[in-house]
This record gives sequence, structure tokens and C-alpha cells, in this order.
Amino acid sequence: MVDEHRSSIELRLPSRLGFEKVAMNTAASVAHLMGFDSERIEDLKTAIAEACINAIEHGNRFDETLCVGVILSMGTDSLEIKVLDTGSGPQGHVSAPDIDKKMHEQEEARGMGMFLIESLVDEVEWVNSPPAGSYARMVIRLHPTKDSSAGN
Amino acid sequence: MQEKLTQVKMEEVPCDSDMPIIVLRFSGDITSASKAAVLGTYQGIPVSTKRILLDFSGVEYLNSSGIALVIQMMIAASKNGQSIQTFGLKPHFQKVFTMVGITKYTALHPDEQSACAAFSSDKAAK
Repeated sequence: MVDEHRSSIELRLPSRLGFEKVAMNTAASVAHLMGFDSERIEDLKTAIAEACINAIEHGNRFDETLCVGVILSMGTDSLEIKVLDTGSGPQGHVSAPDIDKKMHEQEEARGMGMFLIESLVDEVEWVNSPPAGSYARMVIRLHPTKDSSAGN
Repeated sequence: MQEKLTQVKMEEVPCDSDMPIIVLRFSGDITSASKAAVLGTYQGIPVSTKRILLDFSGVEYLNSSGIALVIQMMIAASKNGQSIQTFGLKPHFQKVFTMVGITKYTALHPDEQSACAAFSSDKAAK
């Protein structure tokens, strides 16, 4: 369904770690204005920070001449966030971290970002859109249905 | 933009038991830039110390790279036969720690007193 009452905010961040906090804090302000509760706002902050870190590290490979785009689109009962970079997007599927393997050094200690994103928002997809790059699209809803509420 | 530096204070805390307890009090951000603060500080703990408390009550921002450093510290502690109890995590980060499974290797406590007490009950269980 097309939401005719959608309005949006766009950010362009340098591909430098630390700037994910600009997106995180902007998204938190927007979500607060929309009426999301504090727990959902914390979920959103972590999800958007992880998406921006992935974009900086893997998408734009820390190239500070490239920007990470963040588009926050407000609907009547949902907030959609797109995080764009110039990479080709993540390969493979998202798997849950195996803490036993990590503790026994059979799996990298890192590599939990996409799992956290998927766990904390109501909807997520990674879209490859050449030649521009790729983006992560996340949605959180003010009134999530049981099926869509991934993080709770 | 400057990331908020990770600050760590290492202290020995008094406890009922005769075995010393070292507490690492973290504050600021814990991110990929925190390797020296997290792992470097851990390396300053004598291997003879078998009880370590992690105090996250001053931590404002913790991302997946920061959590990975905590896991690396826990791996090292496990190799050295050290036990770790954790307290002071904000509710959201308690949820994140639980999601990634860290709670299988360190219990999360609401405060320092209950975290300290957990060492004694651990010992009693053994």
C-alpha cells in the first residue's frame, strides 16, 4: 500500500567510524517524535548503528571520499530506514552467532551486526541496486503484529 | 567526529572470601576502537586472580565490535581458568548480550553486591 503521508529526512555521512552515531541519534529523535517507546528506540539505535558500520566498513571500505546515505521515511504507523553504500551488499544469509564456537575460537568473535539488525527491527532486507551500490532497508512499526515483531 | 574514548578503571574490591576479586569499571563507548582499553587492561590482571567483575554501568554505547572484544576477553579468561561476573548493563544491552548468547558464559547481575555474591555461590555449587 502506498502511504501518501510519508515524509522523509536524508543524511549523508562520511565513511568514518563514529559517524554512525549521527544516524543513530537522528533516528532516535524521529522515532521519539513519532511516539515509539524507549525500548523500541534503543532497538532502532542499535540496528541503524550496525547498518551504518557495515556500510562504512564493508560497503564503502572506509573510503572517506564516499558517503553513506541514510533515509528516514516516516509513515503514519511505521518508520522506514534505508542505509545506502557503494558496495554490492552482503553475501549469503544471516545466521545467529554460535557463542560456543566463538568461545572455542572456531568462529570469529566479530560478525554479529546483521544478526542484531534482523533481531531488533520488524522488517529488514538487503537490496543490491547496481550500479549505484546497495542498501539495507529496515522498518519498525508502532503497533507490530506478533509475526513481524522480530526483536521482542 | 571523535568517538567517546573507552575508559577503564581496574580495582580490587573487598569481598567476604579470601580470594581477591578484580573489577574492571568501563565507561564511555565500547567499539572497535576499544581494543587496547578492553584487552590491554585485561592483560594487566595477574593470572593468579581467578575472579573478575565487569562493571558496565558507565557505558553509553556498545556495538557489535565492542561485544566481540568482550568475547575475546572472556576467551582469554576462560583459558586462564578465571571466572567472570557482569553487572551494570543497561536493559537494552542486557537484551543484546542475551541475544548473542554471552549469558551462557557470564551471568548478568543488577549490581556489584549480587555479582560478588555469585562467586561464592559458584564455589558452593562446585
